[in-house]
Amino acid sequence: MSGARVELDGAPSHTLDDLIAGRLPDDRGRFGPFGGRFVPEILVPALDRLELAVQEALSDSSFQRELSRELRTWVGRPTPLTHARRMSEAWGATVYLKREDLTHTGAHKINNAIGQALLACRVGARRIVAETGAGQHGVATAAACARLGLPCTIYMGEIDVERQAPNADRIRMLGATLIEVEGGDRTLRAAINEALRDWVTHPESTYYLLGSVVGPHPYPLLVRSLQTVIGTEARAQLLESEEALPDVAVACVGGGSNAIGLFHPFLADADVALLGVEAGGAGNQLGAHAATIERGTPGILHGAYSLLLQDENGQIQDTHSAAPGLDYPGVGPEHAFLNSIGRARYTSVSDEEAMAARDECCVLEGVVPALESAHALAGAKRWAAANPGARILVGLSGRGDKDLALPSGPREPERP
Amino acid sequence: MTHLAGADRLERAIRRATDSGRPALAAFLTAGFPERKGFADLLRTISDAAEVVEIGVPFSDPMADGVTIQESSRLALESGVTLGWILETVARARNSTPVVLMSYLNPLLARGLADFARQAAEVGVAGVIVPDLPYEECGPLRRALSGVGVALVQLVTPITPPERLRLLCAASDGFVYAVTTAGTTGGDTDSGGTLRGYLDRVRALSPVPVLAGFGIRSAGQVREIAGHADGIIVGSALIEVLRRGEDPAAFLRRLRDG
Repeated sequence: MSGARVELDGAPSHTLDDLIAGRLPDDRGRFGPFGGRFVPEILVPALDRLELAVQEALSDSSFQRELSRELRTWVGRPTPLTHARRMSEAWGATVYLKREDLTHTGAHKINNAIGQALLACRVGARRIVAETGAGQHGVATAAACARLGLPCTIYMGEIDVERQAPNADRIRMLGATLIEVEGGDRTLRAAINEALRDWVTHPESTYYLLGSVVGPHPYPLLVRSLQTVIGTEARAQLLESEEALPDVAVACVGGGSNAIGLFHPFLADADVALLGVEAGGAGNQLGAHAATIERGTPGILHGAYSLLLQDENGQIQDTHSAAPGLDYPGVGPEHAFLNSIGRARYTSVSDEEAMAARDECCVLEGVVPALESAHALAGAKRWAAANPGARILVGLSGRGDKDLALPSGPREPERP
Repeated sequence: MTHLAGADRLERAIRRATDSGRPALAAFLTAGFPERKGFADLLRTISDAAEVVEIGVPFSDPMADGVTIQESSRLALESGVTLGWILETVARARNSTPVVLMSYLNPLLARGLADFARQAAEVGVAGVIVPDLPYEECGPLRRALSGVGVALVQLVTPITPPERLRLLCAASDGFVYAVTTAGTTGGDTDSGGTLRGYLDRVRALSPVPVLAGFGIRSAGQVREIAGHADGIIVGSALIEVLRRGEDPAAFLRRLRDG
């Protein structure tokens, strides 16, 4: 639609091999044309420092040791891989759940939060700011900051505070300052804008603990590095118990951090399909969904060039999903790249399908998944229908307690 | 109408003020605010009272802006303001005061950088400021603009390291936009010696005039900065004046004359 694709040039033509070999993002933060660093000048020195700190920390064995210890003794890793027996039977497939819902604070977000909080200490930050949508990143950040003694401020859209009230309460209990964002779309997108404005105002002393593989370079790299533990563990667990890789790995995609974490260790396994599931929301029209990869166009939001839901004037559009963590008009640049080279496929499921899958998981497996994760389950169910007998790995990114306050919340599930 | 390139028109307009011993004034308007209807008239009024007029292209997600400009941008978008309408309005209001468009990158990308540059030049836009486009990423826009004689203005901040400051000043066309504070537009400006020292550093490095902006709202601040910058940019304070329905030209006169 716009001329953006051609005009953002200097656009390198990267390949899957570049990604597998660890060459992406490149030194300009690009995955092919996607990514980069589109921020106010005031943030450039802070991002330069962060980039350096990330390089040093990721290759520093003492940092890695400290992170591993925290993951093992505080987060509760490794998380189990559950063979979902009754769901497998019902779907005619073999389904495994990677149980990020069993981490401390109940979602994969904690992997990133504790890693970045350790990094913040290392660079001498005196204060943390973060955004949150579903509240899981806010809770994880508040918990990590409490553990490390860092003062922390969490921005959360007014609508999300209401629909994820248990998480808003948990953020406050953990000692963080919760600021309700009343401007903009009053969900995740507005929360990121406010967190960025806070950082723009305090660029020297404040560390912005971004919760997904979005934003300016080096965040997509940093968050990916901290989330690949999901896929690395799952791959090893499957090889150990089944002596086989999955036919497909399925994860939900909002910004896309749990999906990148699950997918990345399988990139070189050419026979493993990768399926990202976006929020189809309540319908196909702009504003009723958050299916950014499926229906978006390239542009710039929150510091990176990626796919977006926008109008023909480049104004970002409102989104809808029953799952607040997926309710976002952008997506991580690495996903836009994986889509463009065809290594991962992306699809969307509606609110209704996600809720039905959630209910099925509850009664068949005794596991209450988050509505976000339920999108992955619904996508997996469709895959199973099209590929009978497939071995399916599902990223169960978080638990569903937080959704009990939703109007769509606890339903009397039909017994399948 | 001369065919002087945008950068020269900006520099001359600013120098005309400084040569006569007063700081140049760059006045910021959110396009279509307070109303679409009458905005062309407002543009003419402001043009008579300032050396440079900055027109903000409203964007749905203005991460570098404080509440005042967020709100004016939201209202402008609601009333249907688009980049196309802005270019038409600039064409209609054509006057001798140079116009600078301030836009986040995405609305420009959506229009297509080459098309945007050509249309901007056609309607007489002198320069462009893009608050979310750091120097490293500005190549494509710079090439599109320089081909048609439109200036790309760089921003610098009090925490820009010395080497980078030199680079940005050398790259800036027309003037350098010196952000006077860490923060969003309309925030509190640092005052006193730190601010003056910073502006002096920028001016020593810059081959083009230096305008100071972000959070300037009083004649006292203007006096403090005079002698350390070639002029000031007033944005949020002017938008507040317009929102209250006060006389913008009188406000700008007070700001300059004390």
